[in-house]
Amino acid sequence: MDATLSLELQNIGLVADNQTYLEDINLTFESGAFNVLLGRTLAGKTSLMRVIAGLDKPTAGNVLLNGENITRCSVQKRNVSMVYQQFINYPHFSVWENIASPLKIAKVPAQEIKRRVSEIAELLHIEPFLHKQPLELSGGQQQRCAMARALVKDAQIILFDEPLVNLDYKLRETLRFELKALFKKRESIAIYATTEAHEALALGGTTTLLHEGRVLQNGEALQQYYQPADLHAADLYHEPPMNRLNVSIKERKLRVESSLSAQAETSSSTHAEALIATDIELNKNDYLASLNDGIYQCAVRPDQVYLTSTHLSELVITGQVDLAEISASETFVHVTLSDPAFDSLTWVVHLQGIHDFDPDAKLRLFVAVKDMYLFDQQGASVCSPKLALAPKSKELS
Amino acid sequence: MQTKDMSMRKLLGLILYISFILLPIYWLLMMSFKTNEEILAQLTLWPQDFTFKNYITIFTDSTWYMGYVNSMIYVVLNTAITLTVALPAAYAFSRFKFVGDKHLFFWLLSNRMAPPAVFLLPFFQLYSSVGLFDTHLAVALAHCLFSIPLAVWILEGFMSGVPKEIDETAFIDGYSFGRFFIKIFLPMIRSGIGVTAFFSFMFSWVELLLARTLTSVDAKPISAIMTRTVGAAGIDWGLLAAAGVLTIIPGILVIWFVRNHVAKGFALGRV
Repeated sequence: MDATLSLELQNIGLVADNQTYLEDINLTFESGAFNVLLGRTLAGKTSLMRVIAGLDKPTAGNVLLNGENITRCSVQKRNVSMVYQQFINYPHFSVWENIASPLKIAKVPAQEIKRRVSEIAELLHIEPFLHKQPLELSGGQQQRCAMARALVKDAQIILFDEPLVNLDYKLRETLRFELKALFKKRESIAIYATTEAHEALALGGTTTLLHEGRVLQNGEALQQYYQPADLHAADLYHEPPMNRLNVSIKERKLRVESSLSAQAETSSSTHAEALIATDIELNKNDYLASLNDGIYQCAVRPDQVYLTSTHLSELVITGQVDLAEISASETFVHVTLSDPAFDSLTWVVHLQGIHDFDPDAKLRLFVAVKDMYLFDQQGASVCSPKLALAPKSKELS
Repeated sequence: MQTKDMSMRKLLGLILYISFILLPIYWLLMMSFKTNEEILAQLTLWPQDFTFKNYITIFTDSTWYMGYVNSMIYVVLNTAITLTVALPAAYAFSRFKFVGDKHLFFWLLSNRMAPPAVFLLPFFQLYSSVGLFDTHLAVALAHCLFSIPLAVWILEGFMSGVPKEIDETAFIDGYSFGRFFIKIFLPMIRSGIGVTAFFSFMFSWVELLLARTLTSVDAKPISAIMTRTVGAAGIDWGLLAAAGVLTIIPGILVIWFVRNHVAKGFALGRV
């Protein structure tokens, strides 16, 4: 194949039974890299894939493949393949027959079928099972069989609808790695839906964030991680979610606003104990300094809340430990902010290493101004911290 | 020791149970090998005067053996029609949403709530006027009224057990609907088809009222012939018994062939 393939969605909308599944989706997918759809369950990932595959007809908009409108084209005539979350194989066919079935339908000569099936079976490491029935295989092997069937016909569009969700962790890692390598060499548009941010980050390529049937953001996953377009996008990338706080900026001063902001204004003296440093003078070169005065929603990543001072311009808040989850080499400390005005807002602090905390221990949380993500009242991003790349590690010589 | 005791007692119980159930069938079988004189004269567990005469009569007299042929024809016809109609119908019920689908589905089943006798008169009148009376098709169609709803009901249960994604994957792979249905879908629900075929076969085979009323000479079923064997010399008991034995055999054969599917079907589907 010569030119790169392109799939274009124009103003796609899908409404069924008075429920909006997709709304005004405009996207372009290209071959050569993974296109990841990232979103929670019911965000519209599957609906979008079904529209692309032709299983559902959109109620608005057009689907264009290489400039040709295929919106009204039947499933059979579209050159697509799809891998589902469930392991879908034809149970009464052997693995070999399963993989060969799309080729047989396309009337590929027998010799060629043999060659292509064994080629793809080798790629996906399922040659030893070719003569077994799919249900005799383990979950991972079944999904490999389903993937082989999707890959063997060299479709122009290959859709993966959360293909690795039902597999165990280790298998998922291996298969994802293999898939990524596989698609580097292929000339087809691969679209991969997932609910997991780290999967999107690991696969690379273009990532589209979906939320309630709309596109939130489209671009590089890593960039979205550091510069989320809004709070939903930020939440998609963070588990545990980002820690929230309302802040106001007034005359180059950053100030914590409790949920009862008016009260906080008047009785700031009583808060002095709970919020040790709630007012910060912003330096001229702080990236928040240029913002207009107003109230913002501030979000901080759990790994950027510290228990000791950062020695930068920072916010200090006190809280009480609810519990500390220890997960191998990391600790997640759940802290309820002490000030009653926060309406028992809980934060999560992500620490490296194993830390032990007494329940109800009092903690001071330090948040550097340079780590703050600010969003406006509607949740749209106002500014995000500058992306600081670590210098390249030196190679051993 | 105790376990051996237990299993012995269980075995004894089972033997008693089975012999109790099989007693009438045993009696029928024995009667079919006796002469009428022996049947009427004394109580014998084993034919004193063993004879095949009754069977020979059935296999040589066309009024007898045509009864079996007629029954077979309309039963097979009924099963074939039932499956060809019920398979697409059940697919539609299991896969598509349409206006009133649930009501229609229930209404189908409610067809079975009426006794066959209710439909006797309309069928008789209708078939007489369109020239279907005394044909195999007449009986097969009349039986369809009862077997199709049941078949749709059973098949729908099996089809709903097949994930919809299989259909979609097949379409994505390039299968046309017909090809997918025959090559992929039907093999996946073959247990259900076995169960359905069994039920419609059995219903049609044992049904007497409609089969007898809608036929007179050409398509007269065996069950009807058996009820009309009172001759001038009284009832021919031995002959009747032999006919009875031969009537049981097709049922046994059908069960033998579909037994695995039926067992699986009973466990999985909606029976």
